[in-house]
Amino acid sequence: MKRITAVLATVLALTLSACGTDSDPLAGESAAPGKPGAVTVGSANFAESELLAEIYSQALEADKITVTRKFNIGARELYLKALQDGSIDLLPEYNGALLSALSTGGAPQGVSSPDAVLTALKKVLPAGTEVLEQSSAEDKDTLTVTAETAAKHNLKTIEDLKPVAGQLTIGAGPEWAERYQGLKGLKEVYGVEFKEFKPLDAGGPLTVNALKGGDIDVANIFSTDSSIVTNKFVVLEDPKDLYLAENIIPLIRTTANNPTVTAALNAVSAKLTTENLTRYLAQVQVDKKDVKTVAKAFLTENGLI
Amino acid sequence: MNFTYLLDPAHWEFGAAGGIPQLILSHLGYTVLALLIGAVIALPVGLYIGHTGRGSFLAINAGNAGRSLPTLGLLMLMVTLLGLGLLPVLIALTVLVVPPILTSAYAGMRSLDQRVIDAARGMGMRPWQVLTRVELPMALPVLFGGFRSAALQVVATATVAASVGLGGLGRLLIDGLAVNDYSRVLAGAIVVAVLAVLVDLFLASIQRWIVSPGLKGTS
Repeated sequence: MKRITAVLATVLALTLSACGTDSDPLAGESAAPGKPGAVTVGSANFAESELLAEIYSQALEADKITVTRKFNIGARELYLKALQDGSIDLLPEYNGALLSALSTGGAPQGVSSPDAVLTALKKVLPAGTEVLEQSSAEDKDTLTVTAETAAKHNLKTIEDLKPVAGQLTIGAGPEWAERYQGLKGLKEVYGVEFKEFKPLDAGGPLTVNALKGGDIDVANIFSTDSSIVTNKFVVLEDPKDLYLAENIIPLIRTTANNPTVTAALNAVSAKLTTENLTRYLAQVQVDKKDVKTVAKAFLTENGLI
Repeated sequence: MNFTYLLDPAHWEFGAAGGIPQLILSHLGYTVLALLIGAVIALPVGLYIGHTGRGSFLAINAGNAGRSLPTLGLLMLMVTLLGLGLLPVLIALTVLVVPPILTSAYAGMRSLDQRVIDAARGMGMRPWQVLTRVELPMALPVLFGGFRSAALQVVATATVAASVGLGGLGRLLIDGLAVNDYSRVLAGAIVVAVLAVLVDLFLASIQRWIVSPGLKGTS
């Protein structure tokens, strides 16, 4: 069984490297001048992905590209299949999470900075797909504590946790027990071992409420989560880059891409930052504004449309 | 999807944290606790309602309302109100246990042949004696049926404990899904199903043992 997998992986890698070259013959066809093309945009089933997909859609529409929206598809397993079978052409993705999903056994160890992740990612992309320029906006794993805990133990970075972790409980998604970018990495990279691990939801309401209510002392919350600002939580810095970069990056089918599409999406990526994404996402999640309105506001305020 | 996780002897090591035997024990722990608490609440109420015939409207409707509450939703609500821990899980599971026991206790009592009870009274039995020596033993087959269905539901549903950071066999399902280990999810599903059948067989043998031999022909 192992041997078959290895053979398949090699074949796949060869196919991918053949497709990954810049001079893809297919790319030229849809880029005929005066024919801006049509793109079907998809998104995962959470607010941030939908907001980003809407931002992409409106940016493309501003450049006269026909956009079909197929949002809220589901988890990565589902939407990657939809992308590969051509039911969608474009998705907002996260470079680290996508890399982990596409590499057997998770992201390779030691690959965590934005550039390293992008380089590794380009090697494992499914045939017929490519990524455009990544933005500096990151929605990544963080270790977050309440302002009181931070003040009590004088915490600024994950390194500061080392002497006190033995008294603290950490809450995170159940996968943290096993993945390297979880408890294992914390122990190996920072020497941090917690008193107890509570498997909760990955950065969801359960984790946020447990942190607020004091059931856990340290929580894994995603960096663009508006609960960090509204509850004045303190995000601990990760000076040794344990957590994978999660830069937002457009993943597109090569057949749907053309210079107009690339230019429009790269312009969006250039303007996206963790800070502004958090702010616009809060308008959707906290103020319950319509995704279309928020996406439009983002594009207008950044001079993109 | 395959059976590697289930068949790996390392996962069956007794006493190992996170091993299947330890998960089964914590799973049974939640189940037994919820059944006990549920029975302590539902049995007296159900017997009283069945014995007196008063408040049957309450019994039936409370039972139906309880059955329609989604356990996972209730659990999340309880966690929001009470924080993490065993208590929210026990409350959510107890709400699942009460309706079948309550309605079966009530139904068991109502299904009795009124002439037998009259005869018992005619022999000079006091109300307490009628209840404990005649009504209860005769209602036992129906009542125990309700208890068994409550036990089955709780064994199957106690997997929700894992969604709020506790143990039990739900850990295999939830952790397996979180790391795309479908072999582990399958192991969890199989162990829960087998456990439910074993628990039911165990309760069936208890039922055979405690139900009066005189009733076996009829029930």
